[in-house]
Amino acid sequence: MATANDTDTDGDVLVRVENAVKYFPVKAGGFLRHTVGQVHAVDDVSLVIERGKTLGLVGETGSGKSTLARCVAGLIPVTSGKVYLNGTEITQLSRRAMRPLRREVQMIFQDPYSSLNPRRRVGAIIGDPFAIHKTATGAERKRMVQELMERVGLNPEHFNRFPAEFSGGQRQRIGVARALALRPKLIICDEPVSALDVSIQAQVLNLLSDLQAEYGLSYLFIAHDLEVVRHVSDKVAVMYLGRIGEAAPADSLYSQPRHPYTVALLSAAPAADPDAAAARQRIILTGDVPSPIDPPAGCRFHPRCPKAQEICGRVEPPLVTHDDLDVPKAGPPAGWQSADAAGPGVPGIPGGEAHVTACHFPVVSGETLASARTAAIAAEREPA
Amino acid sequence: MTLLEVKDLNVSFQTPDGTVRAVRGVSFDVEPGRTLGIVGESGSGKTVLTQTLLGLTPGAQVWGSAMFEGANLLELPDDELRKVRGAKISVIFQDPLTSLHPLYKIGWQISEMIRAHDRSVSKKEAATRTVELLRRVGIPKPDTRANDYPHQFSGGMRQRAMIAMALALEPKLIIADEPTTALDATVQAQILDLLLRLQQDMGTALIMITHDLGVVADIADDVMVMYAGRAAEKAPKREIFYHPHHPYTKGLLESIPSSSASGGRLKPIPGQPPSLINLPAGCKFHPRCSYAFDKCKTGDDPVLRPVDDGGAHESACWLPAASAGLSAEAEKLRTETAALGHEPAPAQGQPVGRHRAPDSGANEPGPAADNEGSVA
Repeated sequence: MATANDTDTDGDVLVRVENAVKYFPVKAGGFLRHTVGQVHAVDDVSLVIERGKTLGLVGETGSGKSTLARCVAGLIPVTSGKVYLNGTEITQLSRRAMRPLRREVQMIFQDPYSSLNPRRRVGAIIGDPFAIHKTATGAERKRMVQELMERVGLNPEHFNRFPAEFSGGQRQRIGVARALALRPKLIICDEPVSALDVSIQAQVLNLLSDLQAEYGLSYLFIAHDLEVVRHVSDKVAVMYLGRIGEAAPADSLYSQPRHPYTVALLSAAPAADPDAAAARQRIILTGDVPSPIDPPAGCRFHPRCPKAQEICGRVEPPLVTHDDLDVPKAGPPAGWQSADAAGPGVPGIPGGEAHVTACHFPVVSGETLASARTAAIAAEREPA
Repeated sequence: MTLLEVKDLNVSFQTPDGTVRAVRGVSFDVEPGRTLGIVGESGSGKTVLTQTLLGLTPGAQVWGSAMFEGANLLELPDDELRKVRGAKISVIFQDPLTSLHPLYKIGWQISEMIRAHDRSVSKKEAATRTVELLRRVGIPKPDTRANDYPHQFSGGMRQRAMIAMALALEPKLIIADEPTTALDATVQAQILDLLLRLQQDMGTALIMITHDLGVVADIADDVMVMYAGRAAEKAPKREIFYHPHHPYTKGLLESIPSSSASGGRLKPIPGQPPSLINLPAGCKFHPRCSYAFDKCKTGDDPVLRPVDDGGAHESACWLPAASAGLSAEAEKLRTETAALGHEPAPAQGQPVGRHRAPDSGANEPGPAADNEGSVA
């Protein structure tokens, strides 16, 4: 798949992830605590994040989005694979060598209530990065903190207040100010607006986009709200059970989803428009996401997929382009040979310009999954 | 016949900091088989409102009335209310993990609920009904899964179990308080689909409390938008989404990122909701409203009044009724009203005459120009 040219600063690419794998051991109880299994949190994921751009990462609970983000930030070591930041491989670095690079990557967390220490003053919280990296002290630090507060829309005079004295949206601004302090190149936003009310959510999203324009920031933006991701992202990757199922420039992904999971996810997202909601064909997936301790063989989505065929349970589909799919042929591919008949797609890395999909039977535009779905439901009901 | 008729409900709590006026004069009706969506942000009073109906807000000062099947729920003695709660009105809460007891089996908890209301049902009968209920809400292998503990269920399955419990006694009204907020999009779709299907089968009325306008667009018939403890706007669903009258409703709709606005800037509502202890004078939304004029700031707090001919669409806002909607004309009327401090002179409903525009002096919306402000 992805080949490394890791010597230069990597052109437009700020972050390059190659075949990242992160397993967490599952320990048995008792004295010996031997490992009885592995949670396959992130399994062979490659992606790139371009300079000044936003890569959106969508997926359901347990799909590995946050784990992947933490690997990118260097907060947890990868089990195998490589992460490059600005052309430097960070996965093998010692803590000391890593330290100057840490300021390049910052995080904003989901819950503004639990990600701020309630017993410290806001000025101290935002000033922490300066203290840790010894960049500013005393009056200069205070001045820089107040500048940051002003920049994110907080009143600089509230320097001495505690987090409890701020509302949810303001607390998220504190988190943004803290992330911004060291002028990082990449900010990882892990569900930054999910805990906020709609009217406040829009304020924070606008702030993030202003800051991106002003400082040329790159974002890795994790969210489960597809409309929010669409709004902020240049490229979007869809994760399912530790793998990327589909990735493309945002417009392409939303207008022509190829992976049946993406199609289902898009159809499930509630739209605040009654007519659109009534007209839409909902693809209701059956069942739940399988356990990442023992993920299904082949395509990980196949047990819930309305289009699944025999090959899907055996062969893991590669992430390749399917650009020729909409050129009218003899209709949608049927039978498993058509996986080849659809043409040998070109492998691509998520986060790039290509629209890549890991599916043996990608969805053609105009195709409906509903009929397949009713059949699947009927089949499921029968044995029960 | 109206199933539930709430009139002028007020709820307040005494706290060391002062009186929290959580709900202020809310009235609404629920018809059998219909779905009322209650939308609002955190602290708008939507949850307190419905919990008060069921006597779940101990210590609150409550006045007003809530007639359900000829009885005022707010005045029922505890043991009478207990017969209503669960049997005739049941509730589905947001977080199924905290609403199920972790140490009892799912099946036992549902059977217990059936037997608590009707001791004549034998344990065996209750268990059979439980399995049937679990099957109905789409739990695979219900006879074995009934013996699982809540932690053995996934989030979606727990919420299904909660729905099974809510359905157990075939209630007339289900109150669903953010039932899908903790769930993923695909599971949320499953649960909403299930609720709709069950509602159609059983003719149950549903009150859906949510902060997500997408959920409301999907399943509600009527919508009530709440702000700072009061109904800001109440209308059939399509009216709310396509002809909103209250600036708060409009602001909510505009702050949602949507495909049409992709890439552009969002239009947030500036500022933040008021403290329920120190409510602003006049209209409680005026500090955040870009159309606020003198009457809004100092006059009475507006109450719901009809803004269409049929009276089904009501809004608590001083803006002229004709300013409902998202069209350019409605916007012009709103900004003119805001600039003049009262409704512009020409009778509404006239065809749009170009000749009025130049001399009205309100081409510039003035202070209302930019609603892109941030927190003070």
